[in-house]
Amino acid sequence: MTEWIKNPEIPAENDMIVSLLNVEKWYGPVHVVKNMSMHIRRGEFLTLLGPSGCGKTTTLRMISGFEEQTSGLIMIENENVDMKEPYQRSVNTVFQNYALFPNLNVYDNIAYGLKVKRMGKAEIREKVEAMLELVQLKGFEKRRVDQMSGGQKQRVAIARALVNEPKVLLLDEPLGALDMKLRKQMQLELKRLQKKLNITFVYVTHDQEEALTMSDRIAVMNQGVIEQLDTPKNIYEKPGTKFVANFIGETNLFEAVITKKGEIATVGTECGNAQIFGDGIEEGENLYVSVRPEDLRFSDEPVEGFSIRARVKEFIYVGNITKMIAELPTGEDIKFARLHTGSLPEVSDLINVYWNIKDGIPIRIREEKTVTDLKNAI
Amino acid sequence: MTKKSKRESRRRIFDRAYNVYAFLMFTFLYIPVVVMIVFSFNNSRNNTIWEGFTTDWYGVLFEDADIWIILGTTLIIAIISTILAVVIGTLGAVGMSKAKFIGKTFTATILYIPIVIPEIVLAVATLLVVRQGGIGLGLVAMILGNTTLILPYVFITVKSRLAGMDPSIEEASLDLGADRGYTFVHVTIPAILPAIVSGGFMAFTLAVDDLIISNFLANAETVTLPIKIYSQLRRGINPEINAISTLILLAFFICIGFFLLASRIREGRKRRLEQADDAEI
Amino acid sequence: MVKKISNSAVAEKNKRKRKRKMLSNGILCAPIVIWSFLLIVLPLLCLLFMSFMTKGPMGTVRYQFSLESYATIFEPMYFTVVEKSVFIALWTTILCVLFGYPMAYFIARKGPKMSGVFMMMLMIPFWTNVLVVVYSFVIMLNNSGVINSILLFFGLADKPVQLLYTDGSIMIGMVYMLLPFAIMPMYSSIEKMDKNLVEASKDLGAGPIETFFRVTLSLTKPGIFAAVILVFVPCIGFYMITDMLGGGTSIMIGNVIYNQFTSARNWPFGSALSIVLAAVILIMLLVYTKIGGDLDDLGV
Ligand SMILES: Nc1ncnc2c1ncn2[C@@H]1O[C@H](COP(=O)(O)OP(=O)(O)O)[C@@H](O)[C@H]1O
Ligand SMILES: [Mg+2]
Repeated sequence: MTEWIKNPEIPAENDMIVSLLNVEKWYGPVHVVKNMSMHIRRGEFLTLLGPSGCGKTTTLRMISGFEEQTSGLIMIENENVDMKEPYQRSVNTVFQNYALFPNLNVYDNIAYGLKVKRMGKAEIREKVEAMLELVQLKGFEKRRVDQMSGGQKQRVAIARALVNEPKVLLLDEPLGALDMKLRKQMQLELKRLQKKLNITFVYVTHDQEEALTMSDRIAVMNQGVIEQLDTPKNIYEKPGTKFVANFIGETNLFEAVITKKGEIATVGTECGNAQIFGDGIEEGENLYVSVRPEDLRFSDEPVEGFSIRARVKEFIYVGNITKMIAELPTGEDIKFARLHTGSLPEVSDLINVYWNIKDGIPIRIREEKTVTDLKNAI
Repeated sequence: MTKKSKRESRRRIFDRAYNVYAFLMFTFLYIPVVVMIVFSFNNSRNNTIWEGFTTDWYGVLFEDADIWIILGTTLIIAIISTILAVVIGTLGAVGMSKAKFIGKTFTATILYIPIVIPEIVLAVATLLVVRQGGIGLGLVAMILGNTTLILPYVFITVKSRLAGMDPSIEEASLDLGADRGYTFVHVTIPAILPAIVSGGFMAFTLAVDDLIISNFLANAETVTLPIKIYSQLRRGINPEINAISTLILLAFFICIGFFLLASRIREGRKRRLEQADDAEI
Repeated sequence: MVKKISNSAVAEKNKRKRKRKMLSNGILCAPIVIWSFLLIVLPLLCLLFMSFMTKGPMGTVRYQFSLESYATIFEPMYFTVVEKSVFIALWTTILCVLFGYPMAYFIARKGPKMSGVFMMMLMIPFWTNVLVVVYSFVIMLNNSGVINSILLFFGLADKPVQLLYTDGSIMIGMVYMLLPFAIMPMYSSIEKMDKNLVEASKDLGAGPIETFFRVTLSLTKPGIFAAVILVFVPCIGFYMITDMLGGGTSIMIGNVIYNQFTSARNWPFGSALSIVLAAVILIMLLVYTKIGGDLDDLGV
């Protein structure tokens, strides 16, 4: 995925549609967005993912122009938009609570942006009809918006934004108010729309599953910082930070130190030794090792290179898989999943813990990570 | 009888008594109105005792040029004050919901003063300023005074409507390319229209009825209906006044009737359109 | 193209943009700000100023500082007026709240559509000249009016009872004028009240009466206090009701102020009285906001 980058520091201009450079946002004494740099590629589906309050909405609102950054630079289509009011920017927003105009019917809601541009009546009609078709709301033109269901309102909101043919569509938790089933359906529809229209989507959510299924790339945010910007696969399989590992799915984290470097490095944890691929890691370095519950293995006999032992504590049955929780000597719990094959131990049995060497993901401590950070930002 | 049904019947008695109470209260409110209407047909000059039925007063009313001038003055003052209050109050409520300036809270607070101090205090205070300010008594002074009196009602109703309004619809408008002026006219105003209408209606009602401020600020040429009535109190109010008050009430009812009818028709048309839509789908 | 822009330049641009936004809001705010200063603050300052001036001969004002007007308020004659005003205003307030609260509750129970109709019905007497409407009480209560006729006819009295020109008739007129303004804030606070709390209280075993006193009444306290203010304040200043239904025999503070600016022509004293009245009421409001009242409820 790195082929397209000629020079990691200066991205090819044509590929960038929105760029944030060293953007800071303070609300009075509160530091909400911290030195954020991010480049959004033309035509991609980029998701800002993070817990509530981490600054996702603020970031989006700085792009759309409803908030001003305290410092730093925001560029849309290689143009500094500092002096541009929201209505002068070629981005459109889908608001979380739909924000449909209550005094207008469905047709007039969608036609609003075109009317503002003083487009001809016939042309407006044509475009709005096409949009209604696209979001499957044909026949609802005259309907008052307060007489529509949540899902329908959301489609109107999307149509209202898309009809203006924005360069970028910003969506702030657009499916947050919908029930589970409708949510899943709309996720697929949105993804389909995005591919069909080939418009850049910047999508905000706090739901990791939603982010993983929809996005081309995900920016995981925490307390105003982008912890990792990468493809869903990489985010899941190679979490760059402790936060990402914890936030995306379940994981087991072992605090460790490299005791022997090499292609296969040995790490020491409080409870014993283990092995990981040690590409580029120095002896004596402190790091975390992340192992997903489904990758964690156990056996009765000790496994070569591993000496962590744990006592089985509990079984949890979740549909077709069984989860197992075991306690390390330190008192910490570790989780196993995908136990549907093979024989299970008894509660309070002692087991030997190990994993396939490729499944132990090293997570290096922050300051040594800045180079990769910069690469990921681009 | 079971405990439950006993409770049921007790509740029914209570509900009935409650309805009777409400009925009596409305009777208390409406008997004077009925008396006012009935005594507009009273065959007596000083209107305290019933002396027989006549419709003469309505005839007198239509030939009495003075009373129509008085009614005209009353309406002019009320209408201009209401328009001023609606425009200034609405703009102010919208502006102050967004602007930040020193003294904003102070301004918002002093706008409650005309509501919370006795009207007579506001009246004499305005009198002093008008006298000192060289405006002089009369129409302008009365409009200024009345507007000050009713401005807070518009301001507060619009303000609380704005507080309940979803701010993101204005942002949505900006987002879709409309500038602030277009957004104000096409999004903000329609959203707060119910508050503007009800605040304006309240304001108009108060302005038409106002005696205290008008009385202090009027000159001999700008007599309003309440002033006229007040001046007749000692001798007994002329049934002619009852007649014109009855007509005013009638006019109000006709206006409200038309308003309701119009909105009913519009609702109906909308509903029919929607049904047509549903049938198509 | 990726040159780092200095923070001060961004700040400068932000400032300019903000200034433009401020200008448009300023244009919206200017009229109301100017209006409230010229026609609320300035007049009250004039009033304050006038209250410290000295009464000149023949209804003129001598522009010389004195506390003479404030001293006059405590003269026995005026003190009785104050006493009387407070007495009538207090009773009017009590009656309005006592009779108004059940009405407010009644209307609030009717659901949004019917409530609107009932609230409108409350205001109908105000659509025409409420003074003429109140004058109906003169018609009904005088010695040869309907009420006395009925009393005589049924032999409940052998000569007409003095109903008009009493404290009672003044209070009836005041209650009539102010009842809707008492009902409105109480209605809106009952409306706003979380109905689940009433259910919860019943669920916890409290009877309907206990629930009413412990939950409903205490939750709607701000509405009641707003009603108290909206009745008490105008009541003290309504000179025309006393003129009409009190026959000029009983006077209230409003009448005294009115007289100072008309027949008696003692502006400083009238101003001082007004200032004291305003001050007392502002203190009441302070208490109101302290107990959690919302000023907006006064403006419904
Ligand atoms: N207008 C504001 N004033 C002060 N603090 C704010 C404002 N808007 C947001 N914040 C704070 O900024 C932080 C980030 O908010 P937000 O961007 O809305 O988070 P998210 O969308 O990720 O949930 C929160 O802690 C929030 O309290
Ligand atoms: Mg958010």
